[in-house]
Amino acid sequence: MSKNIKLRKGLDINLAGKAEARLEVAPMAKSYAVSPLDFENVTPKLLVKVGDKVEAGSALFFDKNNPRILFTSPVSGVVSAINRGEKRKLLSVAVEPDQQQVAKAIKVVDTKASREEIVEMLLESGLWTRIVERPYGIIARPDAKPKAIFVSAFDSAPLAPDYNFILKEEKAAVEAGMALLARLTEGKVHLSARKNAEGFMSEVKGIEYHTFEGKHPVGNVGVQIHHIDRIAKGDVVWTVNIQDVAIIGRMVLSGKLDMSKTIVVTGSEAQKPCYKRIIAGAAVESIVGKVSENVRIISGNVLTGRTTAADGYISADANQLTLIPEGNVYELLGWAMPRFHRFSVSRAYFSWLCPKKEYKLDTNLNGGERPFVVTGLYENYLPMDVYVSYLLKACLVKDLDKMENLGLYEVLPEDLALCEFVDPSKIEMQQILRDGINLMIKES
Amino acid sequence: MGLRKFVDKIKPTFSEGGKLGFLHSTFEGFETFLYVPNTTTKRGAHVRDCNDIKRVMIVVVLALIPTMLVGMYNVGYQHGITAILPAFWYGFVETLPTIIVSYVTGLAIEFAFAQKRKHEINEGFLVTGLLIPLVMPVTVPLWIVALSTAFAVIIGKEVFGGTGMNVFNPALLARAFAFFAYTPQMSGEAVWYADGKTGATALEQLASTGEMQWSVMDAFIGLIPGSLGETSTAAILLGAVILLFTGVASWRIMLSVFLGGLAFGYLFEFVGVADTAIDGIPAYYHLLVGGFAFGAVFMATDPVTSAQTNTGKWIYGFMVGALAVLIRVINPAYPEGMMLSILFMNALAPLIDYFVVERNIARRKKLIKNVK
Repeated sequence: MSKNIKLRKGLDINLAGKAEARLEVAPMAKSYAVSPLDFENVTPKLLVKVGDKVEAGSALFFDKNNPRILFTSPVSGVVSAINRGEKRKLLSVAVEPDQQQVAKAIKVVDTKASREEIVEMLLESGLWTRIVERPYGIIARPDAKPKAIFVSAFDSAPLAPDYNFILKEEKAAVEAGMALLARLTEGKVHLSARKNAEGFMSEVKGIEYHTFEGKHPVGNVGVQIHHIDRIAKGDVVWTVNIQDVAIIGRMVLSGKLDMSKTIVVTGSEAQKPCYKRIIAGAAVESIVGKVSENVRIISGNVLTGRTTAADGYISADANQLTLIPEGNVYELLGWAMPRFHRFSVSRAYFSWLCPKKEYKLDTNLNGGERPFVVTGLYENYLPMDVYVSYLLKACLVKDLDKMENLGLYEVLPEDLALCEFVDPSKIEMQQILRDGINLMIKES
Repeated sequence: MGLRKFVDKIKPTFSEGGKLGFLHSTFEGFETFLYVPNTTTKRGAHVRDCNDIKRVMIVVVLALIPTMLVGMYNVGYQHGITAILPAFWYGFVETLPTIIVSYVTGLAIEFAFAQKRKHEINEGFLVTGLLIPLVMPVTVPLWIVALSTAFAVIIGKEVFGGTGMNVFNPALLARAFAFFAYTPQMSGEAVWYADGKTGATALEQLASTGEMQWSVMDAFIGLIPGSLGETSTAAILLGAVILLFTGVASWRIMLSVFLGGLAFGYLFEFVGVADTAIDGIPAYYHLLVGGFAFGAVFMATDPVTSAQTNTGKWIYGFMVGALAVLIRVINPAYPEGMMLSILFMNALAPLIDYFVVERNIARRKKLIKNVK
């Protein structure tokens, strides 16, 4: 019997630029790229050079800390660029696709194979990088023994994609993917859907099924874990995005790697927001076309996504592109004005008067950074038993014991994104937490 | 936008390396006051709530205005002027110098520290600067105001690292400094009326005689002697409504301060343990006279110096209210128990939070045992 969990805390930010339930197929991009920066704590070591021919699924680089983890090309073609930043830091490896796409022959196994064979298949295909390990939000370590695997079947972030729409033809693939994941853990595989929008999720067999209701961040897998089976010190759990489960399942069913996926293009600056069929890592220009200069392209949602250049590529983990206006303008006496066009959770402004209004928010910080002043606010936007400001202060003073005691293992930056959004002190909470997590990884 | 062009034109002069580069923070303070900066989000959430600390602080100032206005009228009224406008004007003229001295002294120090630390200027003093004249006796000499403001800002706030880091409420610290350093000017018969007329505050009279000389209605509206901010419970409640509606102040603290005060008020009303004049007065008197209501609404709720956890706020607030009444009743030498009790609880607030957070940690540690 499944359990319904209702969360009261959180916030749904009503943004303009919602996508229509319409699917377009994006044209083949001029190039596709894989970036080590889309993953935490990866030290890349290149396996290819410019001009090399690769197939879809050929490894482009691996992680020096964990040499079994391969990052593979989503398409077949020729390595066209190896982009480096300061100190020769690897930014991305770009591949120019062939007309005729060829997938690398991978030894595809199904659930009857041994765990080690399944792990090997996922590593070889590069799909292993889609499994996230908590604590820390890193790529799963192949030799770790997770106590459970968690999958969230919905995303509650602003303008997030509707996975029931994206996956409506992929029930078999989701089921095959979930079955395969079940072989990776001796514990349970948990699947959580949004109540009253469950799609076919309740019919998936062999898993522990939950429903959630509430506001964002109810769809965050970290919040769900907190309410299903909390992470204690020493625990390891894995999480996988639901569309990635389908991609894994598709490989098991069809016998070959296919990195195509559906993303949603949203935001007030997007022309005709809708769903797009793309191949992972596509150049954003192939998806959204030319974008005017004063628009920010975000791989992901407005709370946690990565800023992407107009000539950049969609992040590996993004199922969404959001286009919003840059807010690099001065506002005369803004802090004293009624500001009807801006959104605030505080009733010091007037958003509460029009709860149904869609807001066209820009990227202005709306104030200067200040020390922690307000209290009791952040906890209203994180439905977890975690004292946000205490945890962040522990991160700031680099007190590892306190960080551990105050819940560092249970949260990832994405879980604090709403707290960061509402904070009148404009503190960079996600970055502070990420630095804290990285320090913890380094010290342990 | 001529103004924006002017600001952009003079900006290089005040930037690092410019002729007036040493006034960098001051310039920035005025610029961000005029214009919300064009800074965009670099890391983390790409969009942000439009609320900022300036707005939070300005809401508090707004909530203080009714109290200030009624207080000014009352100064004239206590002086024997009954017509509304002349009474208000008299009070305005009497109190304006105190307000100016408090703001000028405090802001000058704030700007200097911001400059030295290369910080942006914090808005906290916008509130503190108004709170100080509101809690001082009207007749207080201006040099005392300047001295205690300087003490509160430097020793109370800046030595701890500025706004957000201070342990004690700066405005109360200013009053406490003045109270203990210059007791004759701050208490007793001399404190209240302006211009030669003197007399004790309502609370002091209540403390020494146990009799309320004013009607409950006068005490509620604020037509009784007392500091500028403390007399009008009605105006304070209006401020409370603003603070609670906007969510700027914690309703948990406010409610629990009143609960704590009433609980101990009733205890002394019906049980009566102390042998003092004020023991046994109706409990609600405590809420009407002196700084109780003002402290509960504007001082105890200061987010920086109060308890930060929700559970902690209940405990902190209740103890502020209870201690205030306790001090008033047990020790009539310090009739203004509210000031002392809030300062005392400011010191204890981190300890309360410590125990609340420890329980959170204990819950988390229990998870480990369950697994094994």
